[in-house]
Amino acid sequence: MATEEHAAEGLQIHPMDQFVVKPLFGDGPIEFYTFTNVTLWMGIAVLAVLALMVLSTSRRAIVPSRSQSVAEVFYGFIHKMVDDVAGHEGLKFFPYVMTLFMFVFLSNMLGLIPMSFSTTSHIAVTAVLAAMVFLTVTLVGLYRKGFGFLGMFWVSSAPMILRPVLALIEVISYFVRPLSHSIRLGGNLMAGHAVIKVFAGFAGVMGVASVVPIAAITAIYGLELLVAAVQAYVFTILTCVYLRDAVGDAHH
Amino acid sequence: MSTEAVAEGATSLCVNEHGGAVGMPQLCGEWMPNQIFWLLVTLVVIYVVLAKIALPRIGAILADRKGTITNDLAAAEELKQQAVAAEKAYQDALASARTEAAKIVAAAKAEIQKDLDAATAKADVEISAKTAESEKSIAAIRDGAAAAVAEVARDVAGEIVAALGGGADAKAVQAAVTARLKG
Repeated sequence: MATEEHAAEGLQIHPMDQFVVKPLFGDGPIEFYTFTNVTLWMGIAVLAVLALMVLSTSRRAIVPSRSQSVAEVFYGFIHKMVDDVAGHEGLKFFPYVMTLFMFVFLSNMLGLIPMSFSTTSHIAVTAVLAAMVFLTVTLVGLYRKGFGFLGMFWVSSAPMILRPVLALIEVISYFVRPLSHSIRLGGNLMAGHAVIKVFAGFAGVMGVASVVPIAAITAIYGLELLVAAVQAYVFTILTCVYLRDAVGDAHH
Repeated sequence: MSTEAVAEGATSLCVNEHGGAVGMPQLCGEWMPNQIFWLLVTLVVIYVVLAKIALPRIGAILADRKGTITNDLAAAEELKQQAVAAEKAYQDALASARTEAAKIVAAAKAEIQKDLDAATAKADVEISAKTAESEKSIAAIRDGAAAAVAEVARDVAGEIVAALGGGADAKAVQAAVTARLKG
């Protein structure tokens, strides 16, 4: 899967090379603390958060500037989402959800800059994000509701004979959540970026006809912008849906 | 991407000797501690920035704006009430001014009437006094005229007698004229 080789023409496409983690300085082994391109692009995401959410609101204007309006839109959007989906109790987790959304959204967008490194296309990253949500929901649910939290698996509206079966299905689906939650995000990002790279490889060897793959890249780039935004939205709203199990009165 | 410097030896299972990816880089276990560590650092930084600075600030801005809008609406409502009250006061003042004016006009009319009546009465008195005086004068003049008529008649009679050739003495003429005038 790594390379598609057309040995006769010497066409070398390496769509996965863009995902390689490299040290920023030297090329020694990568320890957990090594400054890598992961560090660089996560740092840029932090700077983007600072610029968008802190710098733009520093004037605290009643009549907002454009950048302050953007910050307010993000705030209002996620605040309303948490309030509507997770319930009023879920607003305690608003900063947490906002952190997830801002990181995923900005990383997705930064990943679309040519030559950049998409941190959210890595399963290791999205799996940690999803595991954090899973652990938060499970621990908060058990803490707040105690044994009652497990009642979520026991579908009391179903006939008694079906309940054990449904409970098994519910438990399985509960534990599959972090997997689907993380792979949905990472897979979408990785696939789109790899496809763009494959088309770019075609464009490199097709001479004048390369306008075709370049047009395709342009179209896919537009689609990837949509994917970047939509996947950030989906990741966040699923987080809110899961949080409702922990803090709201869960009705399935 | 594959034009990076050649990696020294086979230090990694995930990249080949040209620095290219071997298999899926997403599944490379030896990078994961690095990714996870930096992810956690990043998330903590973003969380602190958002929770301690950005979100309270934006929340305060939105609350401020809501308050300002509410206050402005209330102020507008109050001004509207004031305008309505002012218009009512204006109308009231206009109405009372009209009544007042009507009253003043009536009073002035009464005053004028009184003056007029007094002047008329005074004029009537004067006129009646003048009339009485005139009547007296007229009576005196009439008496005077009657005496003059007798005298003229006597003189004329004397002259006529003299002209006819008679010699009439004054006494006889006098008596005759007086007799005629009485007759």
